[in-house]
Amino acid sequence: MRRVAIIGVGCTVPRPVTPDVSYRELVYEAALKAYQSAGIEPKDIDCFTACSEDFNEGTSIFDEYVPDQLGAPLKPVHTVGGDGIHGLAAAFMQVATGLLDTAVVEAHSKASNIITLHHITELAIDPVFNRPLAVNPHYIAGLEMRRFLYETGVTVEDCAAVAVKNKRNALKTHNNVYGGEFTTEDVLNSDPISDPLTLLQVSQFSDVAVVIVLAAEERAKTLRGVPVWIKGLGWCADSPSLESRSWGSAAYAQLACSMAYKMAAVTNPAREIDLFEIDDTYAYKELQHLEAASLCARGESGKLTRLGATGKNGSLKVNLSGGSLGCGVMLEATGLFKVAQIVSQLRGIAGPAQVEDAKVGLALSWRGVPTASGAVAILGK
Amino acid sequence: MSLRRVAVVGAGMTKFVRRAKETAPELTYQATKMALDSCEMTLPQIDCVVHGTGPDAFDGVHMKAEYLSAGSGGFRKPFMRNYVGGGTGVFAPIQGWYHIASGMFDTCLVVCEEKMSSCQPHPQAAFITIFDHTTERPLGPNLLWIFAIEMERYMSVHKIPLEEIALVSVKNKKNALDHPSALLGADLTVEDIMNSEVLAWPVHRLMVSPVTDGAVAVVLAAEHIAKRITDKPVWIEGVGWSLDTSYWTSRDLYYPKYVESAAKMAYRMAGISDPRKEIHVVEPYDPFAYKELHHLEGLLLCEKGQAPKITAKGITQRNGSMPVCPSGGLLGVGNPIAAAGLMKVCEIFWQLRGEAGKRQVSNEPRRGLAQAWGDLMQVGTVIILGR
Repeated sequence: MRRVAIIGVGCTVPRPVTPDVSYRELVYEAALKAYQSAGIEPKDIDCFTACSEDFNEGTSIFDEYVPDQLGAPLKPVHTVGGDGIHGLAAAFMQVATGLLDTAVVEAHSKASNIITLHHITELAIDPVFNRPLAVNPHYIAGLEMRRFLYETGVTVEDCAAVAVKNKRNALKTHNNVYGGEFTTEDVLNSDPISDPLTLLQVSQFSDVAVVIVLAAEERAKTLRGVPVWIKGLGWCADSPSLESRSWGSAAYAQLACSMAYKMAAVTNPAREIDLFEIDDTYAYKELQHLEAASLCARGESGKLTRLGATGKNGSLKVNLSGGSLGCGVMLEATGLFKVAQIVSQLRGIAGPAQVEDAKVGLALSWRGVPTASGAVAILGK
Repeated sequence: MSLRRVAVVGAGMTKFVRRAKETAPELTYQATKMALDSCEMTLPQIDCVVHGTGPDAFDGVHMKAEYLSAGSGGFRKPFMRNYVGGGTGVFAPIQGWYHIASGMFDTCLVVCEEKMSSCQPHPQAAFITIFDHTTERPLGPNLLWIFAIEMERYMSVHKIPLEEIALVSVKNKKNALDHPSALLGADLTVEDIMNSEVLAWPVHRLMVSPVTDGAVAVVLAAEHIAKRITDKPVWIEGVGWSLDTSYWTSRDLYYPKYVESAAKMAYRMAGISDPRKEIHVVEPYDPFAYKELHHLEGLLLCEKGQAPKITAKGITQRNGSMPVCPSGGLLGVGNPIAAAGLMKVCEIFWQLRGEAGKRQVSNEPRRGLAQAWGDLMQVGTVIILGR
C-alpha cells in the first residue's frame, strides 16, 4: 500500500466558548495554520474531507458550508458523518488509491452554539425502541460504567484517579480548558450525575477547529512539513441498539484496534507504542478503552492508573494532553484533536508535556453516548 | 501509477414509494439483502460498509448512519457514512471505490437510504435548514424557489421554450413505466405537463420529482474477487466529484461548472477524450426536468444550450444514439434523495450487463455514466462504469 504522511497540522486553541468567532472563522484559522505548517497552498491540494453531523451544526447537509473557509471551492470535497479519525481514514484512503496525492481533513466543534446539546444527543437514540424511555445520555453512561465496574472489579476510586490525572495533565499544556488540581475525594464528592458517575468524571464540551494535511510519500518529500506517517487505521461500531450490545467491554474499540494493529503490524501494543491519546469522555471510558486496546489485562486498568503507570513517567503514557477531561469533548473534532496531540509529540513540539524519544503514538476516539462507535489511528515517525 | 481495479458485482433496490411502512433500517435491510442475493454473497464476505443518506432532519435521527447500520449489517465491521446533499447517491459508490482501490479492503457494500415521509407534514419544511442561517433563512426560502431561479436563468440565457423542457418529463415518466420499482411512471403529453399546476414559475408540478422513500444497494469488489463472483463484472473506470462555493447567489446559474469539473476528473481517470462518442448511456440527475438538460451540458455531452435540441430530435430516447435516463430517472422512478443517485448507478450496471429488461437500450453500450447533483446548486458527483 502507498505510504501516506501527515505533513501539516493546524489547530485552534480549545475554548469553552467562542462568541467572538463563527465556525467558519475557527476553521479558517486552523486551515491557515495547517497549510503554513505543510508549506502548501489550498489550490495545490487534491481533495478535502470534512467531518460533521447536521444536528450539531444546526444546518442540514452541512457539506454545503465546508469549501470556502478551506479554500476549496470547485475541488473534490465531501463530508463524512463521523469522528475526525473516520475522516482521517477517508483522506488516507483517497491518497492511497494513487489517484490523488494530497488530501485535507477538517473537523470542528462549535458546541457552545448548541443551547440544548443533550436533547440533540437524545435524538441519536433509536426512535422506536429506546427513545420512548426518555433517558438522558449521561444516564446511559452511568449504566455502562456500573456494568464495567461489575465485570472487571475496577473501582470508582480508580475512575476518579483518571479524572485527577487528566485534569492535572491539562495544566501543563497550551490547551488547558478544564484542567485543575483535584484529589480523588474531590472527584468522588462532586455532584452525582448518574450514580456512580460524578460531575468531575464527566468531560465538558469545548470549541475547536482542527485541519490536517496529508500527502503521499513522493509528494511529502517535496513539501516543507515534517512527515508523520499514518501506520495503522481502524474503525468499527458495535450494535446500534442499546439492548443488544456489549456493555462491560468496548467491543467497537477492540475491533477497531485489532484492525489498526494488523495494518501497522503491531503485535505487542503496550511495548511497541510510546504514547496514547485515548477517549476519556467519561473517566471510566479511559480504563475501558485501555483494556479494549489490549494495553493491559482485563480488570488491570484501574490498578495501573492508581500506581501511576499511565502518567508521564509511567510505562503507558496515556492522555498527556489532558484528554477530554482536561481539554473538553469536541464533537466530531475529538479524535482529530487527539491525532494533532500525537503529531506534536512525535515532532517534539509538545511543550511541557513533551515525552523524550516518542516514535509511535496511538489515538482512539469514541463517538459518545448513545453510540458504540469508535476509530483508531497509529502514527509513527 | 496504475490504480487497483474495482468492479460493481451486485445491485438491488426497494420499490420507491411515497410513504413506506418500513422503518429506515428495514428499508436499508431490504436493499442490502437484494444486492447480496443478486451476486450470491453473504454478509461475512463483506469487508466494509459505506452508508449514503441525506439530511438527518428527514427522520429526526441524529448520527443517522449509526442507526441504519442495524439494517445494513454494518456494525461490528468498519462502516463509514458520507454525504454531499443530493450528490450523495453517486458519491457513495465513489467512497466504496476508494475503500477498495486504496488496498485497505477487497469487498464493500454500498447502501443508500432515504425516508423522506417521516418528516410531517411535508419534507419541504426540513429544507429550510439547508440555507445559510444568517443571510438566507430569514427570507423563508424553499428549494422550489431557488431551482425556479436557476431554471429561469438557464431558459433565458439560451432562449429555451418551456415546451422543450417539458419533453424531458414526457420521456422520463414514459421510461419509468417499464421500471418495476417506479413510483410515477405515466404516459403523458407535452400539453399535460404544461397544463399541470405552476409551483413556482417556471416550474410545473409534472416537471418536479416526487417526495419518495426507498433504499438501494450495490456490492463492490476488487478485481481478483470480482472475477470469482461474476462473469459480468462492471468496472468503475472513472470517478469525479466537485463542490463549489456556498455562496450560490454569487454564481451565474445558467451553467453547472461544478458538474463540468467533476466530469473532467472522471474522464481524465477513465482516459476519455471525446465523451460524446465514448459514453454510450447516461443517467444524469433529473430531480427537475431542466436539470437533465443542464447536466448533459455540464457533462460536456453536448454544447451549451443544445441539450433541448438533442432531446427534441429523439437522440436521448432509449432507441436514440445517446440514451438518457432509460430508467425513468428521478422524474419517473422517484427521488429518495441519496437512494435516487445510487438507483442511477444500478441502472447503468444493469444496462451494461444487458439485464435491464424492457428498459434495455438498443445501442449495446460498453460504457455508461451516472451523475448526481445537490446542495445549494453546488455539487457534482460523476461515476463512469464500463464492461
